[in-house]
Amino acid sequence: MITTSNLSKTYNGNQVLNIESLDIPKGQSFGLVGNNGAGKTTYFSLLLDLIQPTTGFIKSNDVQVDKSEDWKPFTSAFIDETFLIGYLTPEEYFYFIGELRNQNKADVDALVAQFSDFFHDEILGKKKFLRDLSKGNQKKTGIVAALIGNPEVIILDEPFANLDPTTQIRLKGIIKNLAEKQGVTVLVSSHDLSHVTDVCERIVVLEKGTIVKDLQTSEATLKELELHFSGGAEV
Amino acid sequence: MIKLFLSLEWKAFFRSADFGKGLALKVLMGFFALYLVGMFLLIGIAVYPFLNDKFPDQNPFLTVNSFLFYWVLGDLVFRFFMQKLPVMSVKPLLTLPVKRSQIVNYVLRKSVFSFFNALPLFAIIPFGITLIFNDYPTTSVLFWMLALIITTLIINFLNFIIESFSTQYELSFLPIIALVVALYALDYFQIISLSILVSSGFQAIYNTPCFIVILIAVLVGLYFFNFKLLKQKLFLDSGLKTKIKEVQTSNLDWTRNFGDVAPFMQLDLKLLWRNKRTRSSLWMLAMGLLYGLMFYPDQKYMEMPWMYAFVGIFVTGIFLINFGQFIPAWDSGYYKLLMSQNIKYENYLKSKFTLMTLSVIILFVLSIPYVYFGWRILLAQFVAAIYNIGVNTHVILIGGSYNRKKINLDQKAAFNFQGTGAVQWLIGIPLMFVPLAIFGITYAISSFEIACLVLGLLGVIGILLHQKIMTFITNKYVNSKYKMIDAFDQDN
Repeated sequence: MITTSNLSKTYNGNQVLNIESLDIPKGQSFGLVGNNGAGKTTYFSLLLDLIQPTTGFIKSNDVQVDKSEDWKPFTSAFIDETFLIGYLTPEEYFYFIGELRNQNKADVDALVAQFSDFFHDEILGKKKFLRDLSKGNQKKTGIVAALIGNPEVIILDEPFANLDPTTQIRLKGIIKNLAEKQGVTVLVSSHDLSHVTDVCERIVVLEKGTIVKDLQTSEATLKELELHFSGGAEV
Repeated sequence: MIKLFLSLEWKAFFRSADFGKGLALKVLMGFFALYLVGMFLLIGIAVYPFLNDKFPDQNPFLTVNSFLFYWVLGDLVFRFFMQKLPVMSVKPLLTLPVKRSQIVNYVLRKSVFSFFNALPLFAIIPFGITLIFNDYPTTSVLFWMLALIITTLIINFLNFIIESFSTQYELSFLPIIALVVALYALDYFQIISLSILVSSGFQAIYNTPCFIVILIAVLVGLYFFNFKLLKQKLFLDSGLKTKIKEVQTSNLDWTRNFGDVAPFMQLDLKLLWRNKRTRSSLWMLAMGLLYGLMFYPDQKYMEMPWMYAFVGIFVTGIFLINFGQFIPAWDSGYYKLLMSQNIKYENYLKSKFTLMTLSVIILFVLSIPYVYFGWRILLAQFVAAIYNIGVNTHVILIGGSYNRKKINLDQKAAFNFQGTGAVQWLIGIPLMFVPLAIFGITYAISSFEIACLVLGLLGVIGILLHQKIMTFITNKYVNSKYKMIDAFDQDN
């Protein structure tokens, strides 16, 4: 589904990302972990064609993302609050995104209704602008908006940060369901090792822009990751 | 402690993110400040000889005193729009072991050293010195000068009180305007002759310096009132809290008539109505519409028909200029979202175009009453409207593709230069002066009617080539996509 070849990004002679090759098959739930500055968000931004690669390219469904825009109809993302439109209410925001993805109001309502317990009655019908919601509720809105319009690729940067425990557990369920039942390719980044190991079939560890580990998740994965990040000896 | 605070201020100034970037703007503001200083200095030096020369039978000192009332009024209004008490910057200090009263005192005392308080000194001191040289009693003059300086500080603190009470309302500038107009009217219609009252007050201090105690008492009183107000507000859930209002939603279904661009038009309309910055620029519309009244009633301008087109461009294009110059920066807060969504750039731009075109038509219709000043004005406004739709909308969209400045929608517009770059200053030339030149030159070599025809024709050509121009503009925007995303990501 997503192939990365010879991808690198350099800022003022400072290489922040260098991935020789990375293939993510369709329907995989893929986790990206790494410390601050490891290149997680840079990779996602390249995938969304928000920044230009210095070398190499990413192909999503055989569409080279920095050459054609045909990847947009089947891709959706929530990277940070700048993906929200502060002066809309959550409902208006959902409808707006729905409209861009050719979904009518009824479609959007039906999808959003599935997440009513995810929202804890704090988001819908509150007559508040998105800019006035708490960080956690903003995030929930952004994540649900990324599910509108049956995308085949969903990119979520740090989806678990700022969420309350109940919502974290719910979100894990949603992501698993998307990948396993609906064949959606889900890309998630996180600082929380236990969340990623719970959710993702495959975990890639980035360090200073390069891939240092590429693991199929198993019982031992969490231990291995913890050992890696605590600076322990390489296994 | 004060030393620590001051070093924080120093760093805040020199380390602010836009210190280097906004340097041109800072230089501009610096020149403006120098200009004001120069003007005040000139007044201070020249007012005595000037009054002596013009009104030899009046005492210049008394004349100056009789104008002090208007200075107080003017200063109040000026400060209301220009000077703000910087309370938000103390938020990080609240949890530190610093006494609240210390923070409040610091904020208030800092305000004493503002440019607005220093400015009058440039007029007061030279004028005082001239008085002393002209054999006015030195002690009296010194006390009179001191009284003026104290008055400046009184205005300073009074302004903060007015601000803290009026910011809670939507049109926060109305109370101060109402107050000043009321005071002026009381004086003008001689109901209570405030200017004489103020003048005799200062006269009294000049004659009997000990009256200055009253002014000092007022100043101290205002200071403590401010202190109390501010101390109450220094909590996260009161003064430092951002207010949340309940939202009125409307579905704006009528925009469906515009087809593909409907979602963006709905977004733009909400953008205009729901954000402080854009909403206050809606008020500019009224000002723009009335702009014609500055010209047309004046016989001098009526005899300069080549100006008509310029006024027409301005009257029918005020929204176009105001809104258009910040495309696409209005959407800078969520530009990444738009760029990763399945949107057609052309529709996005077309929505802006439609909105601007609609505004020109509406403003033209509203400006029809200007026909009262002659049919030639209506004709000029009509061709100006066509020119605005056909040429200026496209010009401003092209200008927008060079836009690299983010806009924070929550701040108000008056004297807000955020998002203003070289582009905004330069775009005024093709928008207003090119049509003025075209119209003026054709008028000079032929006639008014031909000039109108030429301007109108240019507009029509623009409208006919709309599709082609839009494709060109869209490409320009697509080409600068990464640069815009990167620029809008920077906080300035």
